Amino acid sequence: MTQYGLLIDYEFCTGCHTCEMACKVEHGFAEGEWGIKLMQNGPTEVAPDVWEFNYIPVPTKRCDLCADRVAEGRLPTCVHHCQALVMEYGPVEELARQIAKPYMVLFVPDGAKRAVAEGSLA
Amino acid sequence: MRKGMNPDLYREEWQWQEGDVTVTRSCQWSGPGCHQGCNVLFYTKDDKLVKIEGDPRSPVNDGRLCMRCLAMVEAVNHPDRILYPLRRVGARGENKWERISLDEAYSTIVEKAQEVTETYGPKSIATGLGTGRNATWQTSSLAFAGFKTPNDTAGMLSGDACYTPRLQAMNAIFGSDFIADCGQLTPDRFDDDEFRRPDVVINWACNPIVSNADGFFGHWIVDCMRHGSRLFVVDTRLTWMAAHADIWLQPRPGTDAAVALGICNVMIQEGLYDQDFCEKWVYGLDALAERAARYTPEVVEKISWVPAEKIIAAARYLGSCGTTALQWGLPLDQTKWAVGASQAVAAVQVLTGNIDVPGGFVNVKYGHVQSDIRENICKGMGKQIREGRLGDGKYALRTVGFGPHSMSDDILLAMETGEPYPIKMLFLCSTNTFINMGAESKRIYEAMQNVDFCVVCDLFMTPTAAGCADIILPIAMGCERWGIRAWFTPLRMINKILQAGEARGDEEIMLDLGRRLNPDMFFWDSVPEMNEFVMNNLSTWPDPVSWKELQEKSVIYPRFKYRKYETGDMRFDRQPGFNTTTGRIELFCTMYDMAGIDPLPFFREPTSSPISSPEEFKDYPLILTTGRRSWEFFHSEHRQLKSMREFHPWPLMEIHPDDAAPLGIEDGDWVYLENMHGRCKQVAMVTSTQLRGTVMAEHGWWFPERSGKADDGLFGGFDSNINCLTVMNDMAQAGYGAPYKTQICKVYKVEDGTEPQTMLPENLGTNGFELVNAENWR
Repeated sequence: MTQYGLLIDYEFCTGCHTCEMACKVEHGFAEGEWGIKLMQNGPTEVAPDVWEFNYIPVPTKRCDLCADRVAEGRLPTCVHHCQALVMEYGPVEELARQIAKPYMVLFVPDGAKRAVAEGSLA
Repeated sequence: MRKGMNPDLYREEWQWQEGDVTVTRSCQWSGPGCHQGCNVLFYTKDDKLVKIEGDPRSPVNDGRLCMRCLAMVEAVNHPDRILYPLRRVGARGENKWERISLDEAYSTIVEKAQEVTETYGPKSIATGLGTGRNATWQTSSLAFAGFKTPNDTAGMLSGDACYTPRLQAMNAIFGSDFIADCGQLTPDRFDDDEFRRPDVVINWACNPIVSNADGFFGHWIVDCMRHGSRLFVVDTRLTWMAAHADIWLQPRPGTDAAVALGICNVMIQEGLYDQDFCEKWVYGLDALAERAARYTPEVVEKISWVPAEKIIAAARYLGSCGTTALQWGLPLDQTKWAVGASQAVAAVQVLTGNIDVPGGFVNVKYGHVQSDIRENICKGMGKQIREGRLGDGKYALRTVGFGPHSMSDDILLAMETGEPYPIKMLFLCSTNTFINMGAESKRIYEAMQNVDFCVVCDLFMTPTAAGCADIILPIAMGCERWGIRAWFTPLRMINKILQAGEARGDEEIMLDLGRRLNPDMFFWDSVPEMNEFVMNNLSTWPDPVSWKELQEKSVIYPRFKYRKYETGDMRFDRQPGFNTTTGRIELFCTMYDMAGIDPLPFFREPTSSPISSPEEFKDYPLILTTGRRSWEFFHSEHRQLKSMREFHPWPLMEIHPDDAAPLGIEDGDWVYLENMHGRCKQVAMVTSTQLRGTVMAEHGWWFPERSGKADDGLFGGFDSNINCLTVMNDMAQAGYGAPYKTQICKVYKVEDGTEPQTMLPENLGTNGFELVNAENWR
């Protein structure tokens, strides 16, 4: 079976929280529940006047890559709405070929359905 | 259509069915408020909004949305919304209301207006509006043509300190408006034949990815970055954009003019400016050179705290980096000397020569649709309607300057003193005056108690409504009203899809009341009929467009032309050049010179600062700025949404670790900010993004989860309200600009137990107001 993933160009992720909010709305998550979570690194002055200040959205165990939306022919809602246009969805092999610049990361969420079946997510 | 999107699901029509769900393409503007107006798809079922998505066919936002639009289903269906007209029961501040009919509400408003007009004259009626809502022309139109008063306030904002000072500066220098060209001016964007992305975006006093201010979607800059644009940032705070810039300057708040003049000086001294362009098209370069020569890098360092070598490096960078596009922001407006500072920053852009060229600072003459509509309605009223406007004659620029607003600061004085005439009635649309824009919050609240009759039109019960209103009219959200959106470009259709209770769009309220007050001027039977008329009479829109055509296309872009100063497309007389007296860009403004105002860019110290008020500064040793935006909120809105409050539960103030440590303040502590004007409490965010010696505190905070009774604190409206520490009536000669971002304060931990004790707010969505005839609600 083809494995799907999310490719994120975190050089340009602005930390706008759209992915988190879109995910919550799509899945009806309650307070404290997240399908994707924004991580922040920095700001740190790594050399004089050179700053590292990055955000990376990380899909959680609840992420099912928007299985229902994808079945309808839509993109995962985080990818659709990302304000910086830094998220891509697709088969991991295709996404891996798109890694042609630095500061990119490929996530392969496991799919929430199995996790729920195993009882680890209420 | 954005790549990867399914054309069968995101269809070309403006409206279609997906099973029992209707999908309607529209522009979400507004309420809740926004300065942009992205294109969205509203999914409705059984007269209810069930989903929203960004419209992937729109070149404006390419399907993207921010978190506030993604919360639209929650907002539209919120249990606390005001859906019917309300009349106050008991005293003001009891927050007790009865539902009345629309007809009764309108009749009461008209009767009161007639009473005030007969007893005091029409000028004793003032209207007001909030920024960034689809309410920005309706109140002034109703004021001029309906109530026949010239007094319309921008939400009690001191000195019209939001974009207007920059617009005034551009009017002085260029005779027209200029914006950053980030490929948003044509539907083809980066594929347009003429457009080339800026080499460098100059982000001066602006964090556009969060604010999206002035009709500019901030992520257009990120699009340019992905296409290779670099950043040059001037910001007191280390923003994401600052951290990603080639050069970042971090000035003391209120010293941008000195920094800009310092850069001009080095650019001119070292010949790093576009000499050919300046020779042909610029007037007053020598005068600017002389003024700027006072601002050597060493002098600028002393004033602004920016190291001298960085000023030199900045000038050399800007003088050699290629095409630059200036995207500037509100901090320039929110200083006392806003116009001179804006002239200084614009002068830097002018010296680069990147004026009206692809990827530069470009002139957009069209899309001021809101002023157009107002002109259409009010042009029959004649100039005499303007006579006696509060603030006119007092400030050099306001008397000759454009803009529909009366001076808020003078409306406040009139409310307090009755001079030169009293204000007896207020009609406020979507403005939460003393919570958001008005400085000296308590003073404005108390002055509003002197006004006999207040009407507030809004989505929710706010402190302004609960504390001051006698009648409240329910306002429609974006998907519940017809409208036209444009700010620069493109023209966008706003479709009415739903009806919530008796909520009305501001246009409809204006028409309903206008027809009763002055039927000769409000002769349309419906909002669509009025909009059709308006579209056929847009003086700032180049091509005729019908209402139906706009609905079918959703967005319409007029053809954009570069280098209009070469072709005669920029001047009123169609001659080549700029729309100024000399026909050139006036770094020395002849109009200001004639009006007795400093014609050149200039720097002055703020009223309160370590230099100008050293004694006060001993007691209040931190510089205070306010007004930076959050992702979650538009000004004082969105506080009643559980989703937004989970992301951002409490008001935040930012302080550098070196300033926090000696005060014993740790990240997450509730702290008081206090100065000679008042105090409020917020949560400390200890962060190295803040400049040492300065703090930033959020604006617009109130707590819909608390009681709205005045005795209980009016939804906590003064507890965390940073405008308890700002001032009205500290304006320069120009009359544009106010010192919201240059106050001083001290900070100390809250130790009286008055701070919230929970991690997240409790009781959201249960506490709006008391209704005495509750059986009549739904």
